[in-house]
Amino acid sequence: MHKGKGMKFVGDSRVSAERKSNIPKDYSEYPGRTEAFWPNFLLKEWLAGSVFLVGFLLLTLAHPSPLEGVADPTDAAYIPLPDWYFLFLYELLKYEFAAGPYVIFGILIIPGLAFGALLLAPFLDNGPGRRPHQRPIAVIMMLLALTSVIWLTYTSAAHVDWETRAEQNKPIPPSSVEIDTSHEGYASYESNCMTCHGGELEGTPAGVPLIGTEYSAEEIATIAREGIGGMPADQFTGSDEELEQLVDFIISTNEQ
Amino acid sequence: MLQKIYDWIDERVDITPIWRDIADHEVPEHVNPAHHFSAFVYCFGGLTFFVVVIQILSGMFLTMYYVPDIENAWKSVYYLQTEVAHGQIVRGMHHWGASVVIVMLLLHTLRVFFQGAYKKPRELNWMVGVLLFFVMLGLGFTGYLLPWDNKAYFATQVGLEIAEQVPFIGEYLKTLLAGDAEIVGAQTLTRFFAIHVFFLPGALFALMAVHFILIRRQGISGPL
Repeated sequence: MHKGKGMKFVGDSRVSAERKSNIPKDYSEYPGRTEAFWPNFLLKEWLAGSVFLVGFLLLTLAHPSPLEGVADPTDAAYIPLPDWYFLFLYELLKYEFAAGPYVIFGILIIPGLAFGALLLAPFLDNGPGRRPHQRPIAVIMMLLALTSVIWLTYTSAAHVDWETRAEQNKPIPPSSVEIDTSHEGYASYESNCMTCHGGELEGTPAGVPLIGTEYSAEEIATIAREGIGGMPADQFTGSDEELEQLVDFIISTNEQ
Repeated sequence: MLQKIYDWIDERVDITPIWRDIADHEVPEHVNPAHHFSAFVYCFGGLTFFVVVIQILSGMFLTMYYVPDIENAWKSVYYLQTEVAHGQIVRGMHHWGASVVIVMLLLHTLRVFFQGAYKKPRELNWMVGVLLFFVMLGLGFTGYLLPWDNKAYFATQVGLEIAEQVPFIGEYLKTLLAGDAEIVGAQTLTRFFAIHVFFLPGALFALMAVHFILIRRQGISGPL
């Protein structure tokens, strides 16, 4: 920077009154076919970026992001599963040497060593050579780590039946139905059905939602007596009159 | 006209040197895919940055609808997903971007590793990069809870149980993250929201700034 006496400033500021030229550097003397980043290379990069963006948008269009049912802490049947890039850590904890009394190995020592080594790689692999064959230990360690991460992720993900999982955990639209607790069929619903089908007919892991049911009144009555699919028979244990009221309650709540 | 506006500003704040610092840098032949196709491996870092920009923009739009509260979090996401115009696309970009950014980060890390590009004098930039990787994993972990669906809730539960098993500080760590020693609930959601939207992005921006300043100062590593 220009210093010393004779410097001119803009007004009373510290901005130099001397203008610098706004001309790109000339790279023609640089080795090889060096290019200027601005604007030559950026134009090509821009094109590659656009292609990437189109591919990315096609992915989001083809596979809408998943959303499961609202969190239900009482759902004991739910099998938790982390996002795919944490699966290898999750799977590691299933090995005997990394679980139970040795859990410290699984949660701290093994991942700590791996990620610590990654962080300090330049100091562990401090020879001058950059080519992979000049630093076989570092390269082999990385390949081993990479293989085990891929293997752990694969074994963890291979057991999961993703489609059934998504099917079982479909989001249920927020119910806008009002439960008419004064309805004469409500008492029967409460004592016979609510445990499995939920307080607002919204369904639970044990029973399907009754909101949006496609069965007719007669069919509902039969199912209540004889069961269907995973639902055993004789779930409803009242008189025929109570059954009629119950069916009317379910149908009328559905009509809202 | 534009030139006059530029000159007017330049006379007062002298922006030309700043602009030349940003614009003027060379792209050596060995990193330019136009000359050597295999140089596409040098794109992964740039693509990571590109996806991060997508994440920031889509995330900003998501917060326009998202409510970090256990009553409404899931409902607001469901509403965004089903009712809001293009909501599904914006959420889809954020959801898939979270995965794509990890893939790109991994590829970028592997490129730098196998080329030995972290060797002297670039040790510091490698460490900043690994820290960026950790921050990104943290963003993934905290972002997972926010939709407050079963998947989110139970995965977070497991994550917090793992944190609890850390010797000595485990229980404090869990309380710090979850807001309570036992309950994964309203406090947890607001904490994860704050971490996901303010704390970690702050760290991310600071580290990215260092990462980029260092690479501009040192230049890209030479050909093998």
